[in-house]
Amino acid sequence: MTGHSKDASTQAVDAYTAAQAAQDAAVGHRTRSFRLWRGADGSGSLHDYVTETNEGMVVLDAVHQIQAEQANDLAVRWNCKAGKCGSCSAEINGQPKLMCMTRLDELPDDEPVTVEPMRAFPHVRDLVTDVSWNYRVKPKIQRFTPRPPDAPDGTWRIDQRDVDRVQEFRKCIECFLCQDVCHVLRDHHKHDEFIGPRYLVYAAALEMHPLDVADRVTPLKEEFGIGYCNITKCCTKVCPEHITITDNAIIPLKERVVDRHFDPLQALVRLVRGPQKSP
Amino acid sequence: MTEYQTIDHDVLVIGAGGAGLRAAIEAAKDGTRVGVVCKSLLGKAHTVMAEGGMAAALANVDDRDTWRVHFADTMRGGQYLNNWRMAELHAREAPARVRELEAWGALFDRTADGRILQRNFGGHRYPRLAHVGDRTGLEMIRTLQDHGIHQGLDVHMECTVVSLLKDGDRIAGALAYDRERGRFRVFRAKAVIIATGGVGRAYGITSNSWEYTGDGQALAYLAGAALTDMEFVQFHPTGMIWPPSVRGILVTEGVRGEGGVLRNGAGKRFMFENIPENYRSQTADNEEEGWRYTQGDKDARRPPELLTRDHVARMIVREVKEGRGSPHGGVYLDISWIKEKLPNAAEHIRKKLPSMYHQFMQLAGIDITKEAMEIGPTTHYIMGGIRVDADSQMSTVPGLFACGECAAGLHGANRLGGNSLSDLLVFGQRAGQFAAEFARANTAPSVDQGVIEQETRTALEPFSRGSTAEGAYQVQEALQSTMQNLVGIVRVESEMERALMELESLRQRAQRVGVPGNREYNPGWHTALDLRHLLVVSEAIARSALARKESRGGHFRDDYPDKDPAFGTFNHIVTRGRGDDMQLTRQPIPPMPDELAAIITEMQS
Ligand SMILES: Cc1cc2nc3c(=O)[nH]c(=O)nc-3n(C[C@H](O)[C@H](O)[C@H](O)COP(=O)(O)OP(=O)(O)OC[C@H]3O[C@@H](n4cnc5c(N)ncnc54)[C@H](O)[C@@H]3O)c2cc1C
Ligand code: SF4
Ligand code: SF4
Ligand code: FES
Repeated sequence: MTGHSKDASTQAVDAYTAAQAAQDAAVGHRTRSFRLWRGADGSGSLHDYVTETNEGMVVLDAVHQIQAEQANDLAVRWNCKAGKCGSCSAEINGQPKLMCMTRLDELPDDEPVTVEPMRAFPHVRDLVTDVSWNYRVKPKIQRFTPRPPDAPDGTWRIDQRDVDRVQEFRKCIECFLCQDVCHVLRDHHKHDEFIGPRYLVYAAALEMHPLDVADRVTPLKEEFGIGYCNITKCCTKVCPEHITITDNAIIPLKERVVDRHFDPLQALVRLVRGPQKSP
Repeated sequence: MTEYQTIDHDVLVIGAGGAGLRAAIEAAKDGTRVGVVCKSLLGKAHTVMAEGGMAAALANVDDRDTWRVHFADTMRGGQYLNNWRMAELHAREAPARVRELEAWGALFDRTADGRILQRNFGGHRYPRLAHVGDRTGLEMIRTLQDHGIHQGLDVHMECTVVSLLKDGDRIAGALAYDRERGRFRVFRAKAVIIATGGVGRAYGITSNSWEYTGDGQALAYLAGAALTDMEFVQFHPTGMIWPPSVRGILVTEGVRGEGGVLRNGAGKRFMFENIPENYRSQTADNEEEGWRYTQGDKDARRPPELLTRDHVARMIVREVKEGRGSPHGGVYLDISWIKEKLPNAAEHIRKKLPSMYHQFMQLAGIDITKEAMEIGPTTHYIMGGIRVDADSQMSTVPGLFACGECAAGLHGANRLGGNSLSDLLVFGQRAGQFAAEFARANTAPSVDQGVIEQETRTALEPFSRGSTAEGAYQVQEALQSTMQNLVGIVRVESEMERALMELESLRQRAQRVGVPGNREYNPGWHTALDLRHLLVVSEAIARSALARKESRGGHFRDDYPDKDPAFGTFNHIVTRGRGDDMQLTRQPIPPMPDELAAIITEMQS
């Protein structure tokens, strides 16, 4: 069968590919400037690059293009390019964002796009930081501890409403952008005393899990430093999963702490917000 | 002498997706010392991207479902090239694995009476996929990760294995480098489990992440293990196609499970036009019946949009080729139309498909509750991979195990949606158990210093050639377009022969690749090292596809468009020959035991 010429469906695939190439050409190409942080272990500077961009491109596409064409060793962390894994966190024009979900056309086009690594963590190289501290924090939080199964088939019955309540927290993709922006970590470096918004969300997900029976209230106050949070809501603003970190996770946890360990500052918080239903 | 650190484990798991983590948790159960290495950070593996759900015959939504129906569906979907023993174990054990995940903290969507809710998916006779909206993979990997960090696992993140080490015939460990500093590490282990996922990066348009360079399949092959079914690559029918930068990103089959329909450029629901014979009795023949099926009517048959992925992908290609495509060379997937049927449709869509809503809004500026999506096929999954023993998951190399997407057998010629996540748990658990047993029964192996010296030297060569030599990214891109254009959805002999020639010249180019900079977090270097693996799996795919002169499941030959019963009796096996050349042989499929054969006959009606 060597030399067999292609029939209908092979040509179909060619037509498919050709149609797509034609569309690429039709997409408005534009040259844009970028300023990317280059350097290792904290020392470094912004380097200028110019590259072709087209409709719908995200920052990560531009960084990849620069990497492939001009700077093969440009370090950047990414995995899914679909906003699902939380690997590509960076500071874009000074704002903590996911590179793969930030479209170039939402950034001002009369100035270069600046991309820098997250500043709250130790720098490794170029756009990559050492986020290992986060991985050390999590095991300190008391793990999921279910009540014994109570349905006849040896499992549990759970109401959808109880699932919905914690689902918001379980959407977290561990991008650590909230940790990056929280002043307690970023400016005051309380990494030994404060677990940060990501892990307050994690603690809330466990505390409000319909099956969990463990108690994390005292450690939240004494080990995890929930008192350091003064409800600035900066974390909520940057969360790419739109988790209402402060109102839905942190404040209810603070209330549980207040209920158990009276603390005048937090009592005040509660007074201002009014009583909340306990989940 | 290149410097390296040596680390000892009883069991080494390569990969921290669903399969690797489940295996590691199992292996560590009885105090076995388990190490886990992964290319990226913990919790970022590909599994995190899975959307629609995991298949298990829990029978929570339709009590007619049993493991026997799931078994028959899996075999039919795989066109009977599956390893029937794996299909049996998978169908029997998946429900227990899903419940176990719940006991570890996973929260699935619920039925009205509070049990795990299940949704419809292509090729599954009854609603069978346990899910959490459209982010089931995240729920799964986070649950395994959060459980795993309390099991005493020794996790090495951002650490990439470049070759396996042997002691005589048996496995002895692996050589790896850490991304951050580029230092080498030698892991010595009595048993090794490969759980490295797929090969999507061998293609230009794919739903897969950068990690999917076929490392596990290639590492095993180079260490002497057999690969099987490599011609079977799954092209998912619905990937994003516009704007160009998002091309390939997956649109979950869950959209169709919730009632989404496919229309061509002229607005016609073309999937009713061509329903394969073996699915006709199970498929709706009108739109109304199809809709009722998606809404849980037990008497209705499924809409043709939920036929198997290989069929739907080819139907889309046909529409486009015959001039009935959408403006950007695809077709339309529409879920917004359900507003004709449901009062609060927009809210319902946002709740059932939150990440799809988000993905289209943010990346394409399209509100899927109001408009149709433009979609086209994307390289998604590989059915083929490392050949393993069904019960223990051991490869043909003693002490070397494999599970998850990099292993083969369960899915045959085509995988049903949702059967991967359950595969990871069922066979991850088995691989972990049997690897730990193997480690207990065997003494510590020794590793060969000479081989390590040689391998590290080879790995560092690209630096000595510098940045003026061949570029790693350019070779990778050329490989991707070769595979995309010549060994893609529709295949033909002459093109595959050309692909093999091009792969040979790419191999030579790969040997001349140079990289700038130093060993610290250097993606150029990583890309250069991945090339060896991409080349092995690409060649294995092309050779197996060339030899299968028929069309079946994910493999479609334009020059042999029909299924040929003579090709339904064996699997292709790929092994490394003595002279380093790739050997392709046929392995007859053993006859099914009567009990299983009877199930197939019974379910055929
Ligand atoms: C977008 C998308 C949606 C999907 N949706 C579904 C779905 O709804 N249902 C379903 O059943 N399936 C789905 N799938 C398929 C399924 O997600 C995958 O098949 C499955 O997650 C693979 O899991 P795994 O554990 O085998 O590998 P992965 O999760 O990919 O993990 C591989 C691991 O191996 C590591 N690794 C790779 N190479 C090396 C190396 N050389 N050295 C060290 N470590 C290495 C990686 O770092 C990673 O940790 C989907 C796939 C995609 C792409
Ligand atoms: S609200 Fe609390 S946790 Fe969030 S950024 Fe402000 S201080 Fe940090
Ligand atoms: S809570 Fe939001 S910002 Fe913080 S890590 Fe999770 S997803 Fe990222
Ligand atoms: S690459 Fe996964 S979130 Fe951006």
